[in-house]
Amino acid sequence: METFWFCMVALMIAIYVILDGFDLGAGAIHLLVAKTNDERKAVLQSIGPFFDGNEVWLLAAGGTLFFAFPVLYASSFQGFYLPLMLVLWLLMARGLSIELRNHLDAPMWRPLWDAGFCVSSLLLAIVFGAALGNVVRGVPLDDTHEFFLPLWTDWKPGQNPGILDWYTVTASIATLGALALHGALWVRYKTEGAVRDRAAALARNLFAPLGLFTAVLSLMTFSVQPHVLESYTTRPWGLLFPLVAAGGFAYAFAMSRAGKEIEAFLGSCVYLTGMLTSAAFGLFPYVLPSCVDPKASLTIWNAAPNSYSLNVALFWWLPGMALAIAYFLFLYRRFAGKVQLSLS
Amino acid sequence: MRPVWKHVLCGRYPENIMEAALVLHRLHFAFTITFHYLFPQLTMGLALLILILKIQAWRKDDDTYHQAAQFWIRIFAVNFAFGVATGIPMEFQFGTNWSRFSKTAGGVIGQTLAMEGVYSFFLESTFLGILIYGERRVSRLLHLLAAFGVFAGSWLSGFFIIATDAWMQHPVGFTRAANGDIQLTSLTGLLNNPWTFWMYLHNMTGAVVTGSFVMASLGAYYLIARRDEVQGRLFLRTGVIAAFVSATLMAFPTGDGQGRNLARWQPVTLAAAEGLYHTEKGAPIVLLGQPDPEHKRLDNPIFVPQLLGILTYHRWNAEVKGLDDFPRESWPDQLELLYYGFHIMIGLGTLFIGLTAGAVFWLWRGKLYETRWLLWVLMLAAPFPYIANTCGWMTAELGRQPWLIYGVLRTAAGSSARVNAGNTLFTLLGFIGIYTVLAILFVVLMLREIERAPSEARH
Repeated sequence: METFWFCMVALMIAIYVILDGFDLGAGAIHLLVAKTNDERKAVLQSIGPFFDGNEVWLLAAGGTLFFAFPVLYASSFQGFYLPLMLVLWLLMARGLSIELRNHLDAPMWRPLWDAGFCVSSLLLAIVFGAALGNVVRGVPLDDTHEFFLPLWTDWKPGQNPGILDWYTVTASIATLGALALHGALWVRYKTEGAVRDRAAALARNLFAPLGLFTAVLSLMTFSVQPHVLESYTTRPWGLLFPLVAAGGFAYAFAMSRAGKEIEAFLGSCVYLTGMLTSAAFGLFPYVLPSCVDPKASLTIWNAAPNSYSLNVALFWWLPGMALAIAYFLFLYRRFAGKVQLSLS
Repeated sequence: MRPVWKHVLCGRYPENIMEAALVLHRLHFAFTITFHYLFPQLTMGLALLILILKIQAWRKDDDTYHQAAQFWIRIFAVNFAFGVATGIPMEFQFGTNWSRFSKTAGGVIGQTLAMEGVYSFFLESTFLGILIYGERRVSRLLHLLAAFGVFAGSWLSGFFIIATDAWMQHPVGFTRAANGDIQLTSLTGLLNNPWTFWMYLHNMTGAVVTGSFVMASLGAYYLIARRDEVQGRLFLRTGVIAAFVSATLMAFPTGDGQGRNLARWQPVTLAAAEGLYHTEKGAPIVLLGQPDPEHKRLDNPIFVPQLLGILTYHRWNAEVKGLDDFPRESWPDQLELLYYGFHIMIGLGTLFIGLTAGAVFWLWRGKLYETRWLLWVLMLAAPFPYIANTCGWMTAELGRQPWLIYGVLRTAAGSSARVNAGNTLFTLLGFIGIYTVLAILFVVLMLREIERAPSEARH
């Protein structure tokens, strides 16, 4: 049952990254691909009906993590106190920029709201990347299962790491690149005209550096977190996940060149899912490794509650998620197709 | 633990470093939750009123009701956005600032908090999108259903939060593991907690009081300003009737039921909230008076004899236990604030019943729309339900002290041990700054919506 919930939490995080990823990515490239007011409106409208609902996946994933692995939730939220507070403030700044652009639609303020939207999206992508890097690298957990990380120490992963070191910074850059590509493919799919063309050009230029960073990050991971390599050597069937990531990447690249918009975006979804599941598989059964004492690591077993909690949750969680997915399909179908500016 | 203000005013550093951080963790949560709850109390109340307006529009096929509903949906949307933005930090803080509590009890409260995410947030966010963007694009029936979906989502959300808090007030359905962790043994027990019933109804009627006072206030404003008078009369009529019904339900049976919960399971909280230092037969209810903890009495008290015993136990001359009957370490640590929170809530609640009863009477006589002094009073009354609801929550949460989970886990044992006072103060200051900006922007946005005529409310 612990393994089931591990898979479900990983799946929900993957769904969150795919969904909020495209609107974060669209934000990060906002100033690059859209120049005029109408173009910027088009980018915002391409994510408008969705981004609130996308963020709900963060809350739902957080809630699931909370009851399925309370010790992990408690330990990691305390330990990552500073970056999480930063995430909260950035989410507020971002939501505010989008809302205010709609409500205080005066030309004087527009550059401020656009910059706020772009910068907060960009920083969120970076912080999420760093967070993922931290989870893979491990944190200084002791036998109380607690830790606290400063923002940085000596920039080296090791016994006394900070949130930022050269490994997590690399993860941040790779994440920013992956989400920027994801967002560019989304914007390209949802818009027309100059915005579409700029997004397409940006996506074309992002493939090579992203591929390079993905490869470098994977190699670094094997040296920073030896358990990942061990997972893949002892259970080689897990190589399926990196293959999915590589396949998605190649498919997105091929479809992008062929000018097939929705297929290219779906390829990027597969790539992101593959990357996240690869990381999850590599860490399993750890959920938060300790970099000072491997025995103090949090695993799916010592972070989970009693089996009654995990079993009984199935009764409400599965129907609830089925409902949530039904709402989502409904919402995305209603707002399918290209953004029509005349409707604004 | 010394009262919070002593640290602030006297500037003496507590001898115990953990204690300094604990005070800040409590302030951190108290500040962010107080600010957050300004928004949900309006949206939960408005969700019901919007549904009522939509049903009337459907039945009468009257454009005035459509416009009114559409106007309030816009107000709802702004408040909802602020509620979401300030609500995400609440879920995070269970882990960031109350890590030991989450570790110990996450297996229980994680269930209800995750249910809120899975059952209400998806429902709310999906149907709110249709409600805001869809009036011209979806059928009238689907639009009405969307109003119901938003209502159901927001009231479910309230239920899961109250169920979580009720469990902290009156924990049920669990056992302690060998390492002290709290393990859920009965999910139905958790959801059927006897504490939840009255607390939920009391809280939700409180939200309707806020929603209907705001609606009546805006209606009164339009009538005083002699603009949008058709809408103004509709807002005022709907507002005062809903306000009278909800304010009455607030006192009886929900407030009464909540009071009996306290008397049964947290008698020391009742004594502290009442400022009752000594056990008395036929204890009086205090209308005014400042608690003097040193001499264990109230300064210049004004009281109604016998009434507390009657209200609490429904008996003449019932004995109500005073603080002296309880060990000192079980007393809530913020006695004075708890006392004021409770009395301001009760006092305002009583005034609300009187005011709205008068307004409904004038409405029935057909003179409300011309009685300008009463319109002024109703217009200016809008902030007070916010104060009353905030005081009600302060009563509940300060009354739970010194426990985080009543009788099970002390507040001092629940905070994050590794997040020191420096880091906590840093983020508390950050929240104070950001929320100040949010508050200013909120007022600007609200004024703009109010200035736009409701008859132009269509998208």
